[in-house]
Amino acid sequence: MNKHQNNRAGIRAWLNPWRYGIERFAYWLMRITGIGLLIYFIIHIYETSSILEGKEIWNKMLDLTQTTEGHIILILVIGMATFHTINGIRIMLGHGGIGIGNASRPDYPYIPKSQNMKNKLCIYASVGLAALAMLYGAEVMFGE
Amino acid sequence: MAAIKIPANNRNIANEIVDRPKNKILFRVAKFNPRVDTHTKYVDYDIEYDHWNTVLDALLTIKHNLDPSLALRYSCRQAACGSCGMIINGKPALACFTKINELGSDLVKIEPMSNFPILRDLAVDFTQMFDAHKKLKPYIIRSDSEISSSDETKEFIQDPSSVEKYIQFANCIKCGLCNSACPTMATDSLFFGPQALTQAYRYLTDSRDQGKNTRLKIIDDRHGIWRCHFAGSCSKVCPKGVDPAMGIQFLRGYLLGFRD
Repeated sequence: MNKHQNNRAGIRAWLNPWRYGIERFAYWLMRITGIGLLIYFIIHIYETSSILEGKEIWNKMLDLTQTTEGHIILILVIGMATFHTINGIRIMLGHGGIGIGNASRPDYPYIPKSQNMKNKLCIYASVGLAALAMLYGAEVMFGE
Repeated sequence: MAAIKIPANNRNIANEIVDRPKNKILFRVAKFNPRVDTHTKYVDYDIEYDHWNTVLDALLTIKHNLDPSLALRYSCRQAACGSCGMIINGKPALACFTKINELGSDLVKIEPMSNFPILRDLAVDFTQMFDAHKKLKPYIIRSDSEISSSDETKEFIQDPSSVEKYIQFANCIKCGLCNSACPTMATDSLFFGPQALTQAYRYLTDSRDQGKNTRLKIIDDRHGIWRCHFAGSCSKVCPKGVDPAMGIQFLRGYLLGFRD
């Protein structure tokens, strides 16, 4: 069976966050922020390990984070970490069946209870708090 | 004999509806024959429809009048059999349960359900879904049987409140829309899928069933329940209100220690 006949959507199914509501958007953002934080973690290990090369190289490395680009990256990291943490708590609770409603006889138009308003509010709160944290970070790094 | 008298000024509403001018719409339908084609080609069909017509009506109009080679699967025409799942304007849906005028578009793009191998055009192969379904033992598991060695048969008694715990998940018609919308199914060909996992929960929560540990052992697999990331798209597209995402999270709750 060739790839075309196999008809599996592949990675492109992950890349479109808009087809299935805010929950799919949260799934997409969770993946993006997870990958972003992983990349940051690797860079961070590399950066901090430079202290083994001596004080001068360590200071040079620190200087990189004090540039405008360095500040922007750190602000993004703050946003990614905040969203990933708060949305992660929502998902962990959901994975245990907490906050996703109770099973009952479904009535048309069949609005899924697992995607209730509590869950939607948590997603909005995750995005909102991530934005606030980024603003605070920007204030600290770029403010007087 | 009673006679029905129609008032003289009564309008013939049925005729008015029939005489109403039909709407026109463009259907762009994916066509792919694995024996001949290497890629899907899209064929456009201009059709006329009435406001009550479904996408399935339109596809059958195309098949009967414009392109007899169009392959699709359908049966009941009332969202009961789960045969006519397809991607309609980018989203998995039942063709018989989707009215054309509710799509709000001048173009209707029809594709086969993703994450299922294409048999031909819009007909897809359900083998993998049914295999996963069977693997999770979709039946009551008990050490005893309704058929006893004596002449009497017995019942497994269940009170109404016990039925409410699983009846929602028993509504599954195995249409495959949830598997088509699932982002994990898109990349993991061995994933059990939301349909099968939800049915595992349906039987596991049935008060007559004694196969809980057997099923939990099966789903505790790298291609099993841990692959669900609660994107919730399965529940969004389910035409019967099964809410697979809920069933899967409840099921996972047993393995995580949230449930007994």
